[in-house]
Parts: sequence; structure tokens; C-alpha cells
Amino acid sequence: MSSVAQTSVARARSENAFSDFKPAYNEAQAMAEANRCLYCSDAPCITACPTGIDIPEFIRKISTGNLKGSARTIFEANILGMSCARVCPVETLCVGDCVYNQLGIPPIQIGKLQRYSTDRAYAKGWQFFQAGADSGKRVALVGAGPASLACAHLLRRRGHHCTLFEKREVVGGLNTTGVAPYKMKADRAADEVEWLLAIGGIEVRTGVELGRDLSVADLERDYDAVFVGFGLGPDGWLHAAGEDLEGVHGAVDYIERLKLGQVDLRDAQRALVLGGGNTAVDAVRELRGLGVADVRMVYRGDEAHMSGYAHEWAAAKVESITGVWRTVPTGFVGQGGKVAGVTALRADENKRPIPGTEHTLPADLVLLAIGQGKLGALLAEVDGVTVSRGRLVVDDQQHLGRPGWFAGGDCANGGKEVVNATAEGQHAARTIDAWLNDNHSLRGGQHA
Amino acid sequence: MPDLRANIAGIRSPNPFWLASAPPANSGEQIMRAFDAGWGGAVWKTLGQPIQNVSSRFGAIHHRGARGIGFNNIELITDRPLETNFREIYEVKKRYPEHAVVVSLMVETREEWQDIIKRSIDAGADGLELNFGCPHGMCERGMGSAVGQEPRVNERITSWAVDYSSVPVLVKLTPNVGDIVPHGRAAQRGGAHGVSLINTIKSIIGVDIDRFVPEPRVGGASSNGGYCGAAVRPIALHMTAALARDHEFGIPISGIGGITNWRDAVEFMLLGASTVQVCTEVMLRGYRIVEDMIEGLDEYMSEHGFATLADFVGKAIPAYSEWGDLDLNYETVAKIDAGKCIGCQLCVVACQDGAHQCIHPTGEGRVPVIDEGECVGCNLCQIVCPVPDCISMVQVDNGFQPATWNDHVATGAALRPKKGAH
Repeated sequence: MSSVAQTSVARARSENAFSDFKPAYNEAQAMAEANRCLYCSDAPCITACPTGIDIPEFIRKISTGNLKGSARTIFEANILGMSCARVCPVETLCVGDCVYNQLGIPPIQIGKLQRYSTDRAYAKGWQFFQAGADSGKRVALVGAGPASLACAHLLRRRGHHCTLFEKREVVGGLNTTGVAPYKMKADRAADEVEWLLAIGGIEVRTGVELGRDLSVADLERDYDAVFVGFGLGPDGWLHAAGEDLEGVHGAVDYIERLKLGQVDLRDAQRALVLGGGNTAVDAVRELRGLGVADVRMVYRGDEAHMSGYAHEWAAAKVESITGVWRTVPTGFVGQGGKVAGVTALRADENKRPIPGTEHTLPADLVLLAIGQGKLGALLAEVDGVTVSRGRLVVDDQQHLGRPGWFAGGDCANGGKEVVNATAEGQHAARTIDAWLNDNHSLRGGQHA
Repeated sequence: MPDLRANIAGIRSPNPFWLASAPPANSGEQIMRAFDAGWGGAVWKTLGQPIQNVSSRFGAIHHRGARGIGFNNIELITDRPLETNFREIYEVKKRYPEHAVVVSLMVETREEWQDIIKRSIDAGADGLELNFGCPHGMCERGMGSAVGQEPRVNERITSWAVDYSSVPVLVKLTPNVGDIVPHGRAAQRGGAHGVSLINTIKSIIGVDIDRFVPEPRVGGASSNGGYCGAAVRPIALHMTAALARDHEFGIPISGIGGITNWRDAVEFMLLGASTVQVCTEVMLRGYRIVEDMIEGLDEYMSEHGFATLADFVGKAIPAYSEWGDLDLNYETVAKIDAGKCIGCQLCVVACQDGAHQCIHPTGEGRVPVIDEGECVGCNLCQIVCPVPDCISMVQVDNGFQPATWNDHVATGAALRPKKGAH
């Protein structure tokens, strides 16, 4: 059990091959864009943001040279504003709702402006928040991804001591291990963790896994409240013949390896990614970016059905990635223990396989991006906790059914964006703070 | 094809667009390039006794990315030898006989005026412009705006110049006065053949907030300068119109002040200017802007069926009324075209915070609703709306006969009930 925050990542990482898909603004670009903002009243972009950042206000502050104030406006609403600026699907959130879209004028590039502001705040070492007066209360947070980090930071501002338990050796969750490297690399995610932890009083214990190193009883004995933000589980598998061949990987696992270390793609000429969601789209773009010549995404529906964002898929197509539509993988074929292809059936317009259409798609690398397991089972036996299809069920205050237990992020919402996890973590912190201030505690059964 | 030729007080030019006396008209080489670009005339940068300039000299206002909407300078008159200027005037006039070359002058004594006027005319000047307007540097020495602010001095020096001159004399007026009319009349009494206005407005363009020094900074200090550029146009338009409609004032006006394009020029001419002069926009964009000015004016005149400039110079003056003669029963309300509205709700916040609280969000959808019973027809919503033609001000038939405040006071004419005054 390590008690030191592990925020450094290896220097040599495969993801270093990538440059930013959306390059950072320089001052001239930021000023030009900030000056275009209409400063709408009750702006639709604010409503579109899960954390409700006062976007017109932070943009106006950029335009007046009040950079510090602009960063404060962002961080007051979203403490993970630096990573969200990079990883948010702004096209479907704030930027998508910019009123300029309705005029046929390019919408304000809110993400790039937010990055401009928050990057400078980090570079200047600005810290906007202090820990509150010590409440004497201790909160355990299980998982150290965006939801737990956002929750812990706000709890610290309210004076509560926090302990993050992380099963990995690195903290930051998917921001560190999963974000597409052309959006943000692991070292930048680590910068954010350090910036957050600078508030002090947030203890991080890595290499600690709930159910293995830590029990529910441990938590209820030592802490006044518990926040669960342990995310999603491992990659889902087809459970088909040949899945154990060399060259077949879970996509989330593979992405984590290329972000934190190195993957060897020297022999990869033809790669298939199975799935049609955002992980699949990230995976194809990452393989292509790392130099794999022929990268294809295999999806059982049509292009219009895929759940991956249209703007991301459009970018993938520009990178000469192709889709193999209406195709249902059934198994893997190999040669000498190495994968050589994926067997598949064609599908009808309802994604149902058509018998007798068996064929083989050649490949020397296959990533499965058909969904991730849910970790709800870890708490399924705990009284009061409801698990629905692997997901922890919370009420609108992020409360799990068991007093003193709260949850947020992917484990509760089923897998959404970093900004959703942040919003839920912060929301949970406010609920937890109110609960603790009502003199409730898990310790000594004071919650009854 | 409209005739763009101009004639102000007998000074003729192929079009009404002149360079004002300023840095763009500092040398013969520059003015010849300007004429090649299409400018119809130029007022040579003011000649006088040699001076020395400071560094830096210019400051500007930038607003939301638009650079130089307001501009200021603490530069003085020409710093080149008089002989050089006169030689170049001669050269320009020889090469461009059809273009107007007017020489701006600023000296102190009667003898100096006599001498410099003779030399200017000998060099070939088509006219003279007496600089009674410069609000910095020269006025502390009893010249420039120090003359223009004192009608009796203005009249006296103008009369000297007119006596000594065989070419038309324009007097350039300063806007740094409470009312422009007595100053225009003074020039006319002195025998001026026309006036030019406005010169720059006394100003401090800004302050370096970290060094605690006004701008433009000259080492550790600065001085008040002359304000100009697009932002001053409304002041210049008012002063032009105030003279143009004055019943005693009857000499031509060369309009100056924030003219950036043909549209601005037309506005000055509709309010009584026979020609216009441009400086700041040329400093910011170059001589080439005149191409669009000529084309735009030509098109405007064609559209309205104006054959010559005289057909529309002063055409908006009859509609420049006293407030007391405005129809108080004329009523408009704002209407939002829901099909065009993009839901920015800038009109909502403007009306709520800056007007009469009559535009409201509906709670469903983003298109606001206007409470026409409360709308005073102020225009603020239309001004802030970023969508062309989305908000229009529509006349309401309220059943009242037209009635002005003066009618009401004189005859008790009925006024419609006030709106938004509870």
C-alpha cells in the first residue's frame, strides 16, 4: 500500500507520437475569438455545460485582459476545467449550442478559449481555493478519477479531510489512462492532479482495491462518509473462439498501455477495431496516428447508427480510416498462435446477423471496443445499495441507497464524459458536506 | 453616369474626396501617390515656422478587436523646411493640374501671414486653409485653436489672409468650443470663402495603467492631443449641420471628422458639406480606400438619380429639427421576427437593465416576448441585436394627431399617454 500520490508518468510513451488535434491558441488568436463572443444573456452554452460554467463571463474576462478572473470563473464551476477544455466533446455541448450556429457563423471555440485561460493559470501557478477550516470529518473516496478528484477538492474547501483509494499506481482515472493523446497526454493529466492536490489535506493511496485490500467495513469504521467513483470495469469480450490469440486486445486496456508505456506496432499492417462507440473511434484514430497503414472499424450497424460522435468519426475518415458496416464478428482465426483475421457475418438493417454470410476479414491486430464491464457488483451485496445492470443507482443528490454512501461518474452514470463525472463529483461533495454538517457519520453508527 | 466633380468656394477637384492636412499629406511624393490612387484633392500638411516633434506621437482606442476606432496625436505642423514644401507643391501642381492642392497655413504675425501666403500662391496653391484648429502644442504659442476659439481673432486673421490671397481661403475650425456657429460666422465676416471642420478634439486617449502615465507616452510623461477617427464622426456631423442650417452662415463647408468610407462621406454631404477630407482612415488603411469611396458614391448617386453633388448636398438639413418640434405622438414599438431570432437574449438584458423592462424571456424556447403596452420604442433592443432585420421598430397608429412639445405648450395640443413612466 503506497501512501504517496503518484502523479508522475513514464517519460517514454507511445502517445508522445501525437500532436494536438486542436492546437492551443496564442494570444492573438484567443483575443480575436474572445472578441467575437456575443456575451449572450442566460446563454445556451452555459445550459449545455454539465458543470454550468459561466462561459460568456470567462470569455469576456479574456477579452479585457482579466485572465486570472477568467480562470477563476471556470474553476469555480468546474475544478477540472483544464482537462475538460481539452477532452470535452464541445461540438455536442457548449459549442454545439452557440447561437452563432443558427446564423451560419462559425460558433465560438469555447474549448480552445477555456484551454487558453486554464493553461495560463497553471503556468502562472495560480491557486484559487484554500482548504476550509478543519471540520474533523474524514471522507473516503474509492477511485481517483475525475469524479473523486472533483468531489475531494470541493470537500477540502469545506474543511473535510479526504482519502482517495486508487487500485492503479497512477491517479487521474481515464484522464490519465484513457483520453485520446491528440486531446491530452498522460503527463498533462498528472499536472492537473498535482494542481488539485496542492490544496493539501487530500491523501492518496494507490495500489488499493476495494474488495481486495479494503472492505466496506473498513471504510465504515474509519470514515465519516464514502464516495464511490471507481469508474467502469475491464473491456468486454466476445467470448468467441480464438480470442486468446496473440494480437487480440481489449481497446481500453490497449489504450492505457500506449498512454502509459509503449506498444509495439512494428508488425501491425492491418488493424481491426470492433465496435461503433467512442472508444472504437478513439482506438482507430490512435492506431492510425501510430502508423498502422490499414485501420478499419467493424460495426454491426450502419454509419448512421454508430454511437461514436459524428465529429470524431468525420475526423477519422479524413485520416483515411474506413468503416466496415453491418458486420457482426463471430470469432478469430490465427496462424502460429497469432491472429490472422476476424470471422464475421453480414447483418441486416436491424443489426441482426444474416445466416450463411460467413466471411473473414484479414487482420494482424484486433482491438475489442464493444463496451466495458460494470463494477457495481463490488457493492451488490451491501445493504441498501441498488445495482442495475452493473450500474450503481443514485438519487438526484448522488446518494446511494445506504446512508453515508454517495457515488458519481462512470460507475453511476454508465459511462459518460469527464465533465459529467466532474459535475456529479462536485454535486456529491455538496450533498456530503450537508450530510456531515447535520452531524451524521458512518463511524459509530451515528447515521441512523 | 453621375458627375462627381466638386467645386468648393471655387476650388475644383475631380471628386469630393480630399486628403486632410495631416501625415498622409506631408510630402509631394505621398500626395502624388494619393492622386494616382484616385483622391481628388489634398490639403498640404500645415506650413509654418519650423518645429520639432516628439516620439511617440499617436495613440488609439481599440474596441473588441476593432483597432483604431478612435485616434489621437500630439504631432505638430510640418517639420520639413518650407523651401522643400514649396518646391514639392510646385511639382505636384505641375504634374496634376486637375487636382486640388490646398495649402494649410499656421503662423503668428501679420507679416508672417503675408509672406507665407505669397509663397504658397507662387508655388501654385489652388487655395489656402487657415489652421485655426490644432488643439495641442501650437495653441500654447497663440496659434491653432487659440485663434479658432476666439471669434474676433479668427475674423481679424482671416481678413488679413483674404486680403493677401488671390486664391480662395478656407478657415479650418476647432470643435473645442461650446457652439460652433459664432466661429463659422466669424470666419465668414473675415471674408473666408469657406470653412473646413472639424479639426481634432482636445483629448487624452488613454493611460498606461502600469506606468501611471497618459498616452501616447513620451518618456515619463504625455500631453493632451487631438482626437479623431471614426468615433468622432457624430460630433463632426453635428457641427457641420449646425453651420449648414444657420440662417446667417452662407459659405461652403468642407466636412472632416471620422470619415472612413463613401457612406460616411454621403452623410456629411447630406448635412451640408460640399467636399470631405479624410485623414485617420488613410493613416490606418492607406490611400487605396478611395477606390471604394468613388465607386460607392457613384452607385449611391445613380440609385437616387442624383446627377451632380449639388443635387444632394444639404438634403437632410430640413429634417434636422429642434427637439421641441418633434412629433410626440409618433409612436413605435419593437417587433421580433421569431424566424430570425437566434435566442441570444441580448435584447432582454439590454431592455431589463438599460431601458424599460418590457422584453421578457418566455420560459419556453429562446425567443423573447415584447410587452408592447410597455415598449417606449427606444431602439436599444434593435441596437444590441446581432441579427440583421430581426428586430424592427414598427409604427403604431394610436389615433392621435401629430403634436410637438412646442404645439402642446402653445396650443395645448393633445399628447398620447406616456409609456413606461410609472
